[in-house]
Amino acid sequence: MRNIEAQLITEAVAKLCIDANYYLASDVYDALKTSAEEEASPLGREVLDKLIQNADIARNENVPICQDTGMAVIFAEIGQDVHIVGGDFNAAVNAGVAKGYVEGYLRKSLVAEPVFNRTNTKDNTPAITHVSLVPGDKIKLTMCPKGAGSENKSGLKMLVPADGVEGIKKTVLDFVKQAGSNPCPPMVVGVGIGGTMEMAAYLAKKALARPVTEQNGHPDYANLEQELLELIQKTGIGPQGLGGTTTALAVNVEWYPTHIACMPVAVNINCHATRHAHVEL
Amino acid sequence: MAEKRITTPLTPDKVKGLKAGDSVLITGTIYAARDAAHKLMYEAVQKGEQLPIDWEGQIVYYVGPSPAQPGQAIGSAGPTTSGRMDKYTPTLIAQGQKGMIGKGYRAKEVVDAMKEHGAVYFAALGGAGALIAKSIKKYDVLAYADLGPEALAAMTVEDFPAIVVIDSEGNNYYEEGQKPYNQLG
Repeated sequence: MRNIEAQLITEAVAKLCIDANYYLASDVYDALKTSAEEEASPLGREVLDKLIQNADIARNENVPICQDTGMAVIFAEIGQDVHIVGGDFNAAVNAGVAKGYVEGYLRKSLVAEPVFNRTNTKDNTPAITHVSLVPGDKIKLTMCPKGAGSENKSGLKMLVPADGVEGIKKTVLDFVKQAGSNPCPPMVVGVGIGGTMEMAAYLAKKALARPVTEQNGHPDYANLEQELLELIQKTGIGPQGLGGTTTALAVNVEWYPTHIACMPVAVNINCHATRHAHVEL
Repeated sequence: MAEKRITTPLTPDKVKGLKAGDSVLITGTIYAARDAAHKLMYEAVQKGEQLPIDWEGQIVYYVGPSPAQPGQAIGSAGPTTSGRMDKYTPTLIAQGQKGMIGKGYRAKEVVDAMKEHGAVYFAALGGAGALIAKSIKKYDVLAYADLGPEALAAMTVEDFPAIVVIDSEGNNYYEEGQKPYNQLG
């Protein structure tokens, strides 16, 4: 058993919130650079150059890449030999989010209740946490701030086995087309396939936490990622929806075994400011 | 790309001179408002109450900036998705609003109101809030301060970069721009 102070979790989360929002991760930055070289539309290239310039300003001046600093989506892998002391895990994470968003001058974008009383919570809490228990005595935290422009264009469809891989492609393409210029393309598309309804949605979100430069480990799904990306580029939506050959920077697919009668597909869309930061405690 | 320089407020002639696809640099005062402020203004018009500002000839910017750090006029300040304002926009255009800055598609009702009253829709660079903030020199909250980042505010801008995506004749640059690159039909 290894003891980890709750305060350490709070400090780590606060730093992750700031780092993720100020410093565009190198995988996404490099993907923007490559697209700017390959984009066919002159206006598209101009847009991509400005997005790179924006990321440079954010990094050099320690300011948010985008004003929508998002909901704090945190994936936590907690080693089963860890004992958290001096506080409880959820409170420690939320204290970290509050500290990071207040001290980092990040926008507070959460309302306390979705329908009847949409009052801002003023510290961007609560976080959206996904906790999994893993072997070992460490805690791994991944913070993926999630903006709403792209989140609102996401969705899920309960396909059936007869729909096959073509059904999956059509579903992903339909969501992307319907999103169009709204989610600030070039987008990153997270796809979750299999499991149950909520598992597919979770997998789509988790896919977005994976670097855009990494392929799925299963060759069939790696191929599917490539085919989906090529299909999405053919929509012509382009950077900011103004037309071009770069509609997405990457498609990341995650999958899980499913029921004999099921083939759920969830599509979670991210903008070009796909942010993620990690730490191991 | 050659940019057109425009100053606020917009006149009918200035609006007519702006065509879908034009890159522009805006200088003057524009007004920040998004979801919650739009809802409040829309309700005020329904009730026959006076709005916090006179929209005649003015440009609204759909934005909820991040907080300013010491020494900054404003934090990051890129556009939010315009479509969420579609329900309220025709009412504000009827109140004199001549320009909207945001990102993404608009509803037919909005385009119809733009054509009827002579208004123009600009896209700013979504997700480029740090870059755009450079052109915003002043940010003063005018109303609905309790909404925090959603408050109604006046912004002094110099050479604020945007692209005309829907002009007052209803020409749509999202459609025109995407067409040559669409290989799916």
